[in-house]
This record gives sequence, structure tokens and C-alpha cells, in this order.
Amino acid sequence: MALNLNPNLSEAGKRYFSAYSPGDDFYELLIGAHRDLSDEQSELLNARLILLLANHIGDIGTLREALAVARDGVQG
Amino acid sequence: MLKTYTYPKFNYRSPPEIASGKVLKVPVVVVGAGPVGLGMALDLDLQGIPVLLVDEDDTVSIGSRGVCYAKRALEILDRYGVGDAVCAKGVSWNVGRTFFRESEVYNFNLVPEPDHHRPGMVNLQQYYLEEYLVRRAATRPGIELRWNNKLVSVTSHGQGATLKVETPDGLYTVEADWLIAADGARSPIRRMLGLEVEGKIFMDRFLIADVVMKADFPAERWFWFDPPFHPNQSVLLHKQTDSVFRIDFQLGWDADPEEEKKPENVIPRIKAMLGDQREFELEWVSVYTFQCRRMGRFNHGRVIFVGDAAHQVSPFGARGANSGLQDADNLGWKLKLVIDGKAPQRLLDSYSEERVCAADENLMNSTRSTDFITPKSRASRTFRNAALSLARDHAFGRSLVNSGRLSVPAFLVDSSLNTPDEDAFAGRMLPGAPMDDAPVARDGAPGWLLQSTGNCFRLMVFVDDPASTDTSALSRLAIGGIPLEPLLVSRVPVTACALPCVHDIRGVAARRYDARPGTTYLIRPDQHVAARWRAFDAEKILAAVARATCRQ
Repeated sequence: MALNLNPNLSEAGKRYFSAYSPGDDFYELLIGAHRDLSDEQSELLNARLILLLANHIGDIGTLREALAVARDGVQG
Repeated sequence: MLKTYTYPKFNYRSPPEIASGKVLKVPVVVVGAGPVGLGMALDLDLQGIPVLLVDEDDTVSIGSRGVCYAKRALEILDRYGVGDAVCAKGVSWNVGRTFFRESEVYNFNLVPEPDHHRPGMVNLQQYYLEEYLVRRAATRPGIELRWNNKLVSVTSHGQGATLKVETPDGLYTVEADWLIAADGARSPIRRMLGLEVEGKIFMDRFLIADVVMKADFPAERWFWFDPPFHPNQSVLLHKQTDSVFRIDFQLGWDADPEEEKKPENVIPRIKAMLGDQREFELEWVSVYTFQCRRMGRFNHGRVIFVGDAAHQVSPFGARGANSGLQDADNLGWKLKLVIDGKAPQRLLDSYSEERVCAADENLMNSTRSTDFITPKSRASRTFRNAALSLARDHAFGRSLVNSGRLSVPAFLVDSSLNTPDEDAFAGRMLPGAPMDDAPVARDGAPGWLLQSTGNCFRLMVFVDDPASTDTSALSRLAIGGIPLEPLLVSRVPVTACALPCVHDIRGVAARRYDARPGTTYLIRPDQHVAARWRAFDAEKILAAVARATCRQ
């Protein structure tokens, strides 16, 4: 499974009239999940989230690719 | 400061009621001659309702106000007779560039979707729009515009509202059956009636500068996140007409508005932004805070709120005037049916329901943009910067970057006025959708589908060839005095047709409406789809009109 780098978010049963809506829906949920947390708590939430999503994706080849893309933008 | 625009001064005339001492009785008074109040007056005029429009001032809006008019607003302005003027004077832009820190992250080209009369948006200073609307209203005998007429008190009662209006020559009284409040974000009418508006203020300040560029500068939208010339904040540059550019600097909550407004503080900021010796002059500078809020409902008996008086959003996405014009679009025909006794007063509840829904969508989108542009926590800032850094190379990252989501029309899909589909349709012209335009020919002349709709209920029937179609059932369709005007959309060029007919020259209309011969759409006077079927059925059609007018 190759890493999908195109917009890929949607919610079952929901009809979108603008291309940006599903991404914005998710982003609002993501930022909302951090509301009222300290910086340290936010870091922990992010780490837990990555572990959950990694397990859901399952394919280690895909995860290796994602790790490389993510790391690529941080090295400097 | 340089002035590219000369503000017109509209004539005040002493109202005859001051000399006569008589009370002025009118069916409808609109308070506030901004874009929404003027649009409302023109909409009611198209419906044949005389309108008194009062405004406390005698000119157009002053300073940095609305800039961006989106496609749906332009289509409504077409109905009001000013679409051509706005599009001719306004500037179109397609290229947007997004910068993060030192460099451009990505750019986009919003090539307009072909086969629509109007582009996705045009940029134009609000005073031009108001001037064109005033000029148009002045040609309409049914609209009486009274400048320098200030509402000083209002009482609402079961049969209408009583208004006291102050002029340079004294006070007079108006008895109106209906009062439409288009008196802006700080709505005095709302305050006088003790009505609440709820929401939040964003703890941020923005410096808004209108700048005249002396040198060529591209007609593009530039948005910076955290630029070196204005660290940790955002900056927007947007083209207007007459070589005027709008620049928004995010300042943060602690900024001192009076200090920031001083030219000696503004000019260095802009010089640093342009990064070169291009000459410019300031036209207008002000400091704003933004609020997102709306009234719980927009109709209160015989008093109805439209535009900013009813709902207020942050300016990211140009959802203020664009949504206000859609309020007028939604309200005009409903008020007409209620005044004529052809629909019950609760049809106006649907104005509130539909436009509250649209306002919530606008509030949601502009709040999301504000939250992305001005993150409120470290985690939020980290995610924003991550999205920006991914946007450079990856399409999914670009889709998450939110520097404003431009106003799009409300799809009223949950409205109780819609008749749910019984038949299967593809595409997005579902009940509640605003009509998609399409190139058509009428009487042999090229034109647009939207030009053949609006202002009344219309039955749009797709046919293979009107010459070989029995259209006798289509004429004289009406319910309770509400006529249904037919419009045939023909696949082949029209040779002879007794009914209004357009030729779908390239098949775009049939494609956008997923139509086959016999497909029938019921279109509301505000160009939204109310119902649709695969075949003509008079009984179902009349039931759908009854539903769309609350006659059930």
C-alpha cells in the first residue's frame, strides 16, 4: 500500500459541496481534541493518536514511508 | 491621503410629513441603505411592493469595507440590474500565493469553471457597489430613498411597527406594516427592541490598509503566515479596482490601535512587505477587531433582520455582504406572498430557518479560518506549521491550509420547503441547491439559464424538441393565486414554441441537472431548486408549490 499524499478525508453518509470541507471538518476535530490541555498533555495526546492510527493502518511499509516524509520536512 | 474615489452626496429632501404633520403609512420600510438594504429594496421592487428606504447618512460606505463579491452574489445582483456594472468595474483574480516564513509554499490558479455567466468572484470596493445599487434604485418609481433620515425610536406591534424618524427639519412618524432592519452589525433596531445577538469576539486586532500602488503589481492574492517582515502574525494582500490594494496585518490583542494607525508606523510595515522600492500611497487605514455572532432567529413578528444586523462573521472568506445579499434574495418573494395573503405568515419562519442555517455555515467556516490563521495554543500552532510545511510538496497538506474559504452559496438541503426526491438523480442540483447556470439561447440569441429564471415560481421542463411535445398541461398552472411560469429547455434549436423556451446549446444544462426528456424542476423565485421529477405530474407539482409556500 503506497502512502496516499492526496486529499483523502471524508465521512460516511455526509455530502460535501466544497472540496475543502472534509479536511476542515477533521482539522477542527483535531484542534478541538487539544482544547484545555497543557503543552505536555497535548504532546501525550499526539503520541497516543499516532500509535492508534499506526495500528489501524497496519502496513509497516506505508508507515515507513510516512515516517520518511514527515522526517524529511523536519531535518534541517 | 490619496483619494481614488469621490464620495457622492445624495440629495436630502424635507419629508412632506414634517410640514403636514401627518403620519406616513407604508407597507414596507427598510432601514439602512448599505448593500443589503439596497438589495432588499430592489428585490421587493421586483415583486411589485413599494418600499420606503431610509438611511441616516447621505453617501455610500466610507473606508475599508467589503471587497470580494462571489458568484452567487453576482447572480443576485444580475436580478437587481447591477451585475454588469459590478463585473465591468471589478477586478478578477485567479492566482493566489501562500507564503510561510521566508518562502512561497504553493500557489493556486482558480481557473473559473467554464459555462457560467459569472466568475467565481470579483474584487470591488464596497462604495462602488453601493453607488451602482443607489443609481439603480433611483430609477425605480416604487422605491423611495430618504437620505439623512435617522430612525430614533421603534415600537413593534401585531400589525407592524411605528417608527420615529429624525431629519434636519425635524421628526416625523411612520406606520409600517413590515419593518426590515438592514442597519448593520451594531443594529440600533435590534437594540431598541431589546433583542439579543450571541457569539464571541476574537481576541485579536487587524490593521487594514488600502494602498494605491504607483507601479505595476500583479492582480493576485498573497497570504503570508509568519513572514520575516511581520513575525508570528499573518498578512494578506488583495487587489481591488483603481490600483488600490487591500492589506490586512494581524496585530495581536495587545497592539495599540491608535499607534498602529499612524502613517509613520504603517508605511515601514508595507515597505518591508513589498521588499523593494515600488512606490505606494495610503488611501485609508483603520484597526479592527472581529466578531462572530448571530441572532437566535431573524424574524420577530413584523420586524425582520437581514445582513450584518442578523449575523456577523470575521472577514476571512468574504461572507458578510455575500450572505446578506442572499438574505434579501431569500426574503423578497416570501414577504410578497405573505403580504398578498397567498401564503401564511409562517412562511417567514422559513426565511429565518434557512438563513440561520446559512449563517451557521458561514460562522463555522470563518471561525475555522480564524483559528487556523491565528492559532490559540502551542499545539494548534504546531499543527498549523506542520500543515504549511507539508503543503510545499504534498496535495493533502495544501488542502488543509486555510487562509480563508471564499463564500459559496448555501445549499438549503435541510429546508422544510423542499420536496424530497422520489426519483433517482445524479449531480448536485438536489432540492435546496442554488441553480447552476448554463449557456442557452433564447429566441436565437445566446444567453444564460439564470436569466430565464427568478422572481416567480418556475417549472423548468427538459424536452427533446418543443415542436413535438404536448405542452398544453404546462400553461395556466397555478395554486391559490400563485402562478407557475413554464420554461422549456430544449435539446434542439427552437423553431416555434408557444411557451418560454431556451435551447440548451451545448447540452450543459442537461448535464448539470442530470436531465432527460421529461425531467421537471420546480424552481423557487430565488433560483433554488424546490423539487424535481423524472416526469411531469401536475398533482405532485402543485403539492410541491404548496409545500414551498407553507400552504399545506
